Amino acid sequence: MIELQGLRKSFDGKEVLKGIDAKFQPGKINMIIGSSGSGKTVTLKCMVGLFEPEAGDILYAGKSVVGLHIKQKKKIRQEIGMLFQSAALFDSMTVAENVAFPLRMFTSKSEAEIKERVQFCLHRVELDKAGEKLPSEISGGMQKRVGIARAIALDIKYLYCDEPNSGLDPVTSLVIDHLIKEITQEFNITTVVNTHDMNSIFEVGDNVLYLYQGRKLWEGHPEEIMTADVPELKDFIFASPLIRNAYQQQLKNQ
Amino acid sequence: MYVKELFKEMNKIGIGSLGIVILISIFLGMVTTLQTAYQLVVAWIPPSVIGEIIVETSMLELAPTITGLVLAGRVGSSLASELGTMRVKEQIDALDVMGVNSAAFLVFPKILGSIIVIPMLVVVATFLMILSGAFIGNSAGIVPYNDFVEGAIDIFKVKVFVLSMAKAYTFAFMISSISCYQGYFSEGGATGVGKSSTRAVVWSCVLILFSDYLIAQLFL
Repeated sequence: MIELQGLRKSFDGKEVLKGIDAKFQPGKINMIIGSSGSGKTVTLKCMVGLFEPEAGDILYAGKSVVGLHIKQKKKIRQEIGMLFQSAALFDSMTVAENVAFPLRMFTSKSEAEIKERVQFCLHRVELDKAGEKLPSEISGGMQKRVGIARAIALDIKYLYCDEPNSGLDPVTSLVIDHLIKEITQEFNITTVVNTHDMNSIFEVGDNVLYLYQGRKLWEGHPEEIMTADVPELKDFIFASPLIRNAYQQQLKNQ
Repeated sequence: MYVKELFKEMNKIGIGSLGIVILISIFLGMVTTLQTAYQLVVAWIPPSVIGEIIVETSMLELAPTITGLVLAGRVGSSLASELGTMRVKEQIDALDVMGVNSAAFLVFPKILGSIIVIPMLVVVATFLMILSGAFIGNSAGIVPYNDFVEGAIDIFKVKVFVLSMAKAYTFAFMISSISCYQGYFSEGGATGVGKSSTRAVVWSCVLILFSDYLIAQLFL
């Protein structure tokens, strides 16, 4: 489990995170939602150690990771997988080399073992035949799947996804969402997903955290989100006419 | 992984820049010979002096400095834009999240690779400048091979070669470290990467010229 306690972070005197408390359960997909500039990405980057929070604490399985020595951080980071918004694959490496990268860096596995693990990971994301391709030769959706394969190459306990659906069509988005869901349950990992995508929230979300201007305004299950009595959250959800109309139709039918 | 990266960088910097270094060195050697001969119009000056001037000028100034300036453009912009693109495409963040020391993994092989390979390119450039100078001197009837070689052997000093190498190592470190710094700390998307590359080239060139003067002032 991951726990945030009073997380604060500011840039150039501007407070971006204003004391966020949250708990993220293992085996579940924990969604962080909010409009642009609400602090979602900063929260995620604090959690993976790319930013150091100014105040508050981040606990991984009950142990604080804030202010740790670089060697201790390195150990925890090897339990973390992250899917970036842009997939962040290494351009100069093939798909297979990208997936093999963490294995070559952090394990003493033989080349045969690495090859076997890479094949397993690529098979898991249904990209068995793309191993020899360069990231520039595959589609955006495939790049995201390679990103997931690279994230699970090591035996991770935590998976972070920063806007995994951005730039993808609705069908491919759904494929990525379900892949994240399956992997979360299969490996019993704690998954945290940053998203704007309402489809993803209803499709695969187990727990939702709503951030507004650096504060947590609401937390709950996706099915409770429509009836939440938080004006800012309502504005956020019903900004889409599609969802607004669908909800009104549902109310009429009831 | 680090050793593999080092060889990759050495190949990219060394083999990748060899063509332009060869081209510039050959033409520079030929032009310098022709212009030196044009300036030395006094009859009592022996033709071997041209060999002396070409060898000393090539070793001491032309090969390290011109190669340094060319590589500042060719290698400096490439290193800065490569790292800058990795930064804006979150690839450096990906390394950090994995627990890889991104600065050590990305920057160290580039700096070490440059320090190993750029002095080699300077040696190649020196050799080609002298060779092309001797060739054009002989072909144009300015200075026969024998006289050119006689002058070259007379003037050759180990101190000059050491100084040439000192310049080459200094320039190699400057080009790679400035460019890696600019690229690694790029921000602001594609425009930011462009600005970082420009800054890398400009700062490398300025510091090459400044340190060229400083080394000459201190050791000659």
